[in-house]
Amino acid sequence: MSELLKVPTMAEYMAQGKQPEVLFWVGCAGSFDDRAKKITKAFVKLLNKANVEFAVLGTEESCTGDPAKRSGNEFLFQMQAVTNIEVMNAYEIKKIVTACPHCFNTIKNEYPELGGNYEVMHHTQFLKTLLDDGRLTIEGGKYKGKRITFHDPCYLGRANNVYEAPRELIQKLEAELVEMKNCKRNGLCCGAGGAQMFKEPEKGDKDVNIERTEQALEVKPDIIAAGCPFCNTMMTDGVKVKEQEGDVQVMDVAELIANAQDL
Amino acid sequence: MDYLPNIIFAIALILGLGFFAKNVKKLKRNIMLGHDVDVSDNKSQRWKNMAMIALGQSKMVRRPIAGFLHVIVYVGFVIINIEVLEIIIDGLLGTHRVFSSIGPLYGILIGAFEILALLVFVSVVLFWIRRNVIKLQRFWKSEMTSWPKNDANFILYFEMVLMTLFLVMNATDTNFQDLNSGNIVSQFIAPWFDGFSETVLHTIERAAWWIHILGILVFLNYLYYSKHLHILLAFPNTYYGRLKPKGALNNLEAVTAEVKMMMDPNIDPFAAPEEGVEDDVPAKFGASDVQDLNWVQLLSAYTCTECGRCTSECPANQTGKKLSPRKIMMDTRDRLEEVGKNIDANNGEFKEDGKQLLDTYITREELWACTSCNACVEACPVSIDPLSIIIDMRRYLVMEQSAAPVELNNMMTNIENNGAPWPYNQMDRLNWKNE
Ligand code: SF4
Ligand code: SF4
Repeated sequence: MSELLKVPTMAEYMAQGKQPEVLFWVGCAGSFDDRAKKITKAFVKLLNKANVEFAVLGTEESCTGDPAKRSGNEFLFQMQAVTNIEVMNAYEIKKIVTACPHCFNTIKNEYPELGGNYEVMHHTQFLKTLLDDGRLTIEGGKYKGKRITFHDPCYLGRANNVYEAPRELIQKLEAELVEMKNCKRNGLCCGAGGAQMFKEPEKGDKDVNIERTEQALEVKPDIIAAGCPFCNTMMTDGVKVKEQEGDVQVMDVAELIANAQDL
Repeated sequence: MDYLPNIIFAIALILGLGFFAKNVKKLKRNIMLGHDVDVSDNKSQRWKNMAMIALGQSKMVRRPIAGFLHVIVYVGFVIINIEVLEIIIDGLLGTHRVFSSIGPLYGILIGAFEILALLVFVSVVLFWIRRNVIKLQRFWKSEMTSWPKNDANFILYFEMVLMTLFLVMNATDTNFQDLNSGNIVSQFIAPWFDGFSETVLHTIERAAWWIHILGILVFLNYLYYSKHLHILLAFPNTYYGRLKPKGALNNLEAVTAEVKMMMDPNIDPFAAPEEGVEDDVPAKFGASDVQDLNWVQLLSAYTCTECGRCTSECPANQTGKKLSPRKIMMDTRDRLEEVGKNIDANNGEFKEDGKQLLDTYITREELWACTSCNACVEACPVSIDPLSIIIDMRRYLVMEQSAAPVELNNMMTNIENNGAPWPYNQMDRLNWKNE
């Protein structure tokens, strides 16, 4: 199956003297984390299906610097940013899509002041435009009538006010979208942001991802949909702790759409 | 000695306003201890935010009960000031109900004030019950002890008393009651005083009048010491509040300059700075004390209402961690006050006191518990950004003290060496394609 994936790099496009329509910024999680790699592939399948001319930076991509910046290392962040911007500007990148809200936020909001000006989209927004333009069709398929709840990633939702695109995609699956007690601008963090992903949490009564998973399980979903590789990990862990992994799946919106069409 | 009351009134007024002006000056001086920050952009958006959020209370009503009660108290407060204006004129000129000359409209006006006064009274009582009887969780967090708790209740008592005095003053004003216009509420209070002689009634009326206006002057001066300062500062604070998307953290300019230099092969990093070129690298990266914050952050600290909406939304706080964004703001204000007093006591110079915002007030454990989720920023009804302070303090810990938790140091080393927070080789970044 995987040999069908077409994943051209910017360097290859450049060699042919062509520009892709969009750069797919894979991100560190999407490149290295085993769970997140599946999301990356699902998204690529959709891009291939819709005949989107996209490219990745591949080995020329580097961490955006988000976790460094959030933990206070502005030096490291700016070094990363300036390096990435140099690469992208050299390729004359105009438009970027990414499946990671942290990369999305950083490139969209923090790179411009440092010389990186691009149109940046989250993959759910991008998929939505493909759908609106008729380049991609979504059918309910195996998710028809399933209860799906969407966990808003802080860096997509509150940080950038993107609430509707992922929800519209889920509804296109003819699934029943159920909202948690805290959703949209009141969404509860999964506990991974601000570099928390990379350290043990501070002492408390419980971990944030458990609290959030409990909120999700309260609405009795078949699937917890996520739009961020870190949220995905945190919620998956939460579901395991609650011993619900037999009944409740945690899936990225891109995976849901790709699976629905048996891609 | 007919003029004696007028003179006493004028003196009280001058003292009250003068003391207030003095405190405002001190307030401004303290806020200006912060770094400068350019907030001169997007004026129209800023005015709009102020109109919507401070004037229009748009974020207050997101919690409907508190929002509704707050709107009543707020509208009441603003409108009843017309009455205060009349009191001041009467006090200075020795007139009585000088505005009554406008005819029947006066009755409508006073009637409206009386209804508002009653509504405010009821709202304030409900507020008191929420705090003290129902004990809403967010008013009983660990930072809400002693002064913060008493302060909130004092304000409520103050408003109850002021509203009562206003109504009593009207009820015992026999001429006003005889007009029977505008005494919508006070006509029901007037019978309580039946059987009192004309003189006693007059004395009560005068006493209520005096205590009411003196109370207002005292209240005005109480503001500086209280969370109630928000009734004034909510306006500038929402005006200067953040406009960028919440996810956007500022890029430190001093760092940009250094990074550019490090990355530019044409610059010799060891060269002595050119003559006359100012060294714009700050003494310190990030913030360990209030002077390292910018003035908008300090203004916010004075604006904070201690309502705890931020803390009740905070995922770290909800799961029992030490972090409370409200406490971050309260600590910042307390420390700033302390620094201000230090400066006053030392002839305008700050004398080292062995304390600072970091560690003395805000612990590292609190700072590292933050997920930067922006729930606090979203929740704040007066556009305060506690996260910006947390990040500035983390910057100090990391860039000045190299004091990040070990795991974060590992993560940063990985980014430095491999371009990813995990120890994987950058050359393997596309391996997923063929797996
Ligand atoms: S940004 Fe930090 S302080 Fe604010 S709510 Fe989130 S975790 Fe709490
Ligand atoms: S920062 Fe805002 S939300 Fe938090 S206590 Fe202060 S006023 Fe309330």
